[in-house]
Amino acid sequence: MSARSIFARPARLAAIAPYLWMVLFFLVPFGFVLKISLSQTAIAQPPYVPLFDLSAGWAAIKAALAELSLDNFKLLVSDSLYISSYLRSIFVAVTSTAILLVIGYPIAYGMARLPQRWQPIAMMLVIVPFWTSFLIRIYAWINILQHDGLLNKVLLALHIVSTPVVWLSTDTAMYIGIVYSYLPFMILPLYATLAKMDGALIEAASDLGASPGRAFWLVTFPLSLPGVGAGALLCFIPIVGEFVIPDLLAGSGSMMIGQTLWLEFFTNKDWPVASAAAVALLLLLIPPLLLYDRLQRGTLRGGG
Amino acid sequence: MTRQVNRISPFNITSLALGLAFLYLPIVILVIYSFNASRLVTVWGGWSLRWYTEFFNDRAMLDAAWMSLRVAAVSATVATLLGTLAAIGLARGERFKGRSLFSGMLYAPLVMPEVISGLSLLLLFVALNAERGFWTVTIAHTTLTMCFVTVVVQSRLASIDRSLEEAAMDLGCDPVKAFLKVTLPLIVPAIVAGWMLAFTLSLDDVVIASFTTGPGSATLPIRIYSEVRLGVKPQINAICTMVIALIAVVIVVASSASKLSSSQGKSAAPL
Repeated sequence: MSARSIFARPARLAAIAPYLWMVLFFLVPFGFVLKISLSQTAIAQPPYVPLFDLSAGWAAIKAALAELSLDNFKLLVSDSLYISSYLRSIFVAVTSTAILLVIGYPIAYGMARLPQRWQPIAMMLVIVPFWTSFLIRIYAWINILQHDGLLNKVLLALHIVSTPVVWLSTDTAMYIGIVYSYLPFMILPLYATLAKMDGALIEAASDLGASPGRAFWLVTFPLSLPGVGAGALLCFIPIVGEFVIPDLLAGSGSMMIGQTLWLEFFTNKDWPVASAAAVALLLLLIPPLLLYDRLQRGTLRGGG
Repeated sequence: MTRQVNRISPFNITSLALGLAFLYLPIVILVIYSFNASRLVTVWGGWSLRWYTEFFNDRAMLDAAWMSLRVAAVSATVATLLGTLAAIGLARGERFKGRSLFSGMLYAPLVMPEVISGLSLLLLFVALNAERGFWTVTIAHTTLTMCFVTVVVQSRLASIDRSLEEAAMDLGCDPVKAFLKVTLPLIVPAIVAGWMLAFTLSLDDVVIASFTTGPGSATLPIRIYSEVRLGVKPQINAICTMVIALIAVVIVVASSASKLSSSQGKSAAPL
């Protein structure tokens, strides 16, 4: 026991450098987002009115604090563009997570029921596409979904459709892209809980007369709920803020909040409004983030 | 007992096969069409390498690729160093002040939407008056990828039998020496895996790089992204195929290297 406490001190010293790095490049930048979201837009470079200049001393800081404004946030709640992009983000994230669960669960279940020696291979096969570039995987789908792409050729050849279907720039294409990109994030936590499960429980259920379907819904599924929760959050949180997939695959009609933020920042050069959108997005994500953190701690404790 | 549960049912095999086909088919199609001689991406005109030669004659693309490789190599290396140190602190530091803030800061970026991370880092760089380009993108990628390294190394550290370290210390090693001689060889595979993950994540990122880079220093994903927005081009298929090949080589080399070192680590442990 004492060996551990002797060990702890150099280990804590090791953490100093990454600690400082994360404070400087993760925590402090959020302070800047908050600060600029409260400042006024200006046509300048950088395009906002600086809130306070530390070199000017306390008096200047006090004067600047008095000028803090919630105008950007008022704009966010009054302009229907922002409200609708928030609602769309949540809707898209919920829908995609549900589709991912329906597709990912049977795959994870199939993996967990493979003979023991095949399971690591199946897991590798699921992880490998995650290593290839995410942008490339979206591009691969643009190849397939374009007007004279492979999907339309196959559908025409099979006489399922008589004229080419428009796939690109539709919500269908966007959902295909999201599901494709996030599938490993759903499969892996599900597989982790399903593989750990004691097979004797299912045998006991069937010995007691439960049909396979009943045994699944009464025993397997409830026991896999931690994996369902982890997988769903791991997908839901980043999908809410997704930018690249809706930008490349969805139509130009309604935007998700990530796209709105990007547009305000890069096209309209309105940094304060973009920052306010980021703060609002962050507020939306805090409850699922905390929930994910709790689940994560639970699994770490259970695993260790 | 377990054999009965782990039987191969047609349903399980079908769902697994369909899932894997869904994951791999688009990439296979992309690679095949990169060797297409035809300018029309959807018409097969025979095998050809013309789109590869076109890439090597495209100055702007080559510059972007070179920039991306440098950013990925430097940021992955720094991230591996910092992430490993962070993992050691979390796995061996017991309780310390600010621990939950530390782990929170390391876990949050794993799921944080990239638009937020990108915007916040850009605002920091502007406030610091830093010149935007190679170093700002590298710092941004280091910040994101070190969190992934931390998770990978920390889970490996948690699975190591701590009595090995304690035995080394009972035999007269100081903690640092015990760590370097006993623990470090055991976690090398995880450190290598962390570096690979950091390298590929950096090579892949378009959002954070777009926010943090400056004019004239686009990374490869930024260039690919702006081309893709304009439609499908055979040259992009060729570039994507080369990126996939590069990542495959990195994975194979690194995994064989880590296998080698882990077997050495095992034989070195006097058990």
